[in-house]
Amino acid sequence: MFDKEKLASIQSAKEGWDNGTVAKALGKYKERREEFTTSSKIPVERLYTPLNTADLDYEQDLGFPGQYPFTRGVQPTMYRGRFWTMRQYAGFATAEESNKRYKYLLEQGQTGLSVAFDLPTQIGYDSDDEIAHGEIGKVGVAIDSLADMETLFSGIPLDKVSTSMTINAPASVLLAMYIAVGEKQGVSADVLRGTIQNDILKEYSARGTYIYPPAPSMRLITNIFEFCSKNVPKWNTISISGYHIREAGSTAVQEVAFTLADGIAYVKAAIDAGLNVDDFAGRLSFFFNSHNNLLEEVAKFRAARKLWAKIMKERFGATKPRSWMLRFHTQTGGSTLTAQQPDNNIVRVAMQTLAAVLGGTQSLHTNSKDEALALPTEDSVRIALRTQQIVAYESGVCDTIDPLAGSYYVEALTKKIEDEAMAYIEKIDALGGADKAIEQGFIQKEIADSSYNYQKEVESGHEVIVGMNKFYIEEKPVEGLLRVDPAVGEAQVKKLKAMKENRDNVAVKNKLDALKEAAKTDANLMPYILDAVRVYGTEGEICNILREVFGEYRPVEIL
Amino acid sequence: MAEKLIRVLVAKPGLDGHDRGAKVVARALRDAGMEVIYTGLRQTPEQIAAAAVQEDVNVVCLSLLSGAHNHLFPKVVQLLKEKDAGDILVVGGGVIPDADIPYLKENGIAEIFTPGTPTSKAIEFITSHVQ
Repeated sequence: MFDKEKLASIQSAKEGWDNGTVAKALGKYKERREEFTTSSKIPVERLYTPLNTADLDYEQDLGFPGQYPFTRGVQPTMYRGRFWTMRQYAGFATAEESNKRYKYLLEQGQTGLSVAFDLPTQIGYDSDDEIAHGEIGKVGVAIDSLADMETLFSGIPLDKVSTSMTINAPASVLLAMYIAVGEKQGVSADVLRGTIQNDILKEYSARGTYIYPPAPSMRLITNIFEFCSKNVPKWNTISISGYHIREAGSTAVQEVAFTLADGIAYVKAAIDAGLNVDDFAGRLSFFFNSHNNLLEEVAKFRAARKLWAKIMKERFGATKPRSWMLRFHTQTGGSTLTAQQPDNNIVRVAMQTLAAVLGGTQSLHTNSKDEALALPTEDSVRIALRTQQIVAYESGVCDTIDPLAGSYYVEALTKKIEDEAMAYIEKIDALGGADKAIEQGFIQKEIADSSYNYQKEVESGHEVIVGMNKFYIEEKPVEGLLRVDPAVGEAQVKKLKAMKENRDNVAVKNKLDALKEAAKTDANLMPYILDAVRVYGTEGEICNILREVFGEYRPVEIL
Repeated sequence: MAEKLIRVLVAKPGLDGHDRGAKVVARALRDAGMEVIYTGLRQTPEQIAAAAVQEDVNVVCLSLLSGAHNHLFPKVVQLLKEKDAGDILVVGGGVIPDADIPYLKENGIAEIFTPGTPTSKAIEFITSHVQ
């Protein structure tokens, strides 16, 4: 952006500053640290100048919002047009309880729903399964059948909201239930808007709610891509997630690299299954974390957008601009919250919100201050939502697009993250792609190493966490935490039993048998799952049928 | 003769997939000179108790962030007792509200480590409590 002559002049002036003004100051006072780095161990220089961005080509590297390579944002007007979708992830206990929370959040100005399912639901077990005991309704809502799903969205017109569902291994079952609820409400599938997470690779590498082995799991995912491109065209068929990779302890660079590597694996699988890249790529979406290192996070989002655009255009030959766009949801970093002095978490979440917004997110969940202790209360969720609203309405950062562009530091960091992430992606390519890298334990090992290194730095005090390893105070236990009533489990089991007695069990058996036969062929399973769901076949029944055909995943344990 | 190494089973009971803490603790205990076995995810209390006995461990570390601790932790202790292995020290960690800690201790969990606990504290506890 500067000509050679000008750069040479800046270079010599900088040397003068280094050897004169700075040297003199350092003679008197040492800096706080010998070396400064970001959370990804990228060295941070004392000062960034035009010298750090000398190679930046504005049109090639940054371009304009809504245009390739989308570094500055995916929409032409970004938040001047409308704010991001404020979407709080919520769900606990029963469908009735969660339905109440959703209505509360919508009344408070939330603009999209995000469903949290309990662990049995996420792993394809009904509430009456022995293994579900103690877990029913704990980390999300328990959904066994269409009947629960009808209750969950009772009084919420599906043509008026967009709904994100954090569901992976059994994503096709829950999507089928959502479509069936739409049918009951008189809303046809082609107007439904929302997202299923449907990202199995990061379940193997970081999150843990897998069911089947990789090959049949990838088949279910491409079945969904194909089915939705024809029948549910406004649905985001996958949310390729770095969030959990980061929560598991990765650095920002690894978050970008491993997420995009997973994305590459899905695109390849779909193309191998015979799909045309431009028919499904526009419905791929992403999900990232937002941690405390504000400017590194902003650079991370920008680098991810640019990298994905290049990958889709150059590597996969996508031709539609929408196929090149990395649209993403963000959640603030759960692992950054402290159980100590939980009110401090409000400040952390505010910073992370700012990073996500300055990074150009399409939707955002802000964590609540009490989440290192329990599921959040209604009051703390409201503060978290208000945090987003304050950034949106009061900070002024939404009035112009990508306001940090051109910052020498942010641009240098964006380039550095792009380069380092790309080096990882090349390494993963050499291992045979993300699926193979996970089978070999490469990604898990990288994450575990970063996580352990970070822990050691926290314990040595090199990383300061305010209120936890510095500025510590004696505190009374926090009161008024949300507790899920243990009776929820029993009530859900009873409800399920009654439902099973009242449904047409012959129809259920027929539909499950048909699904089983189809699973043995290479047919698209979505229509069969939808048929089973419509007659109130349960999630556990459907997943068990597929377990019989596909088997179950056995992980490699990497320490 | 060298002192016998402390053997530890780090276990993830229930359906919870959050294993960052379990893995960090496992590595820290290993670095502190203990012999560590990690079960991996989704273990039933029966599997954990059986592994503890089979591996002849001194300590079982349970990690859970899903909220099912009141159900799963005491069950492990009870099963160990049934297997005449009640002398195995059982400790737990994870997102566990303070209010639940007395109940867990009454049911045989020797100590609960909540978020923010340095691994050095867990190491110290284990070293001083294993006979």
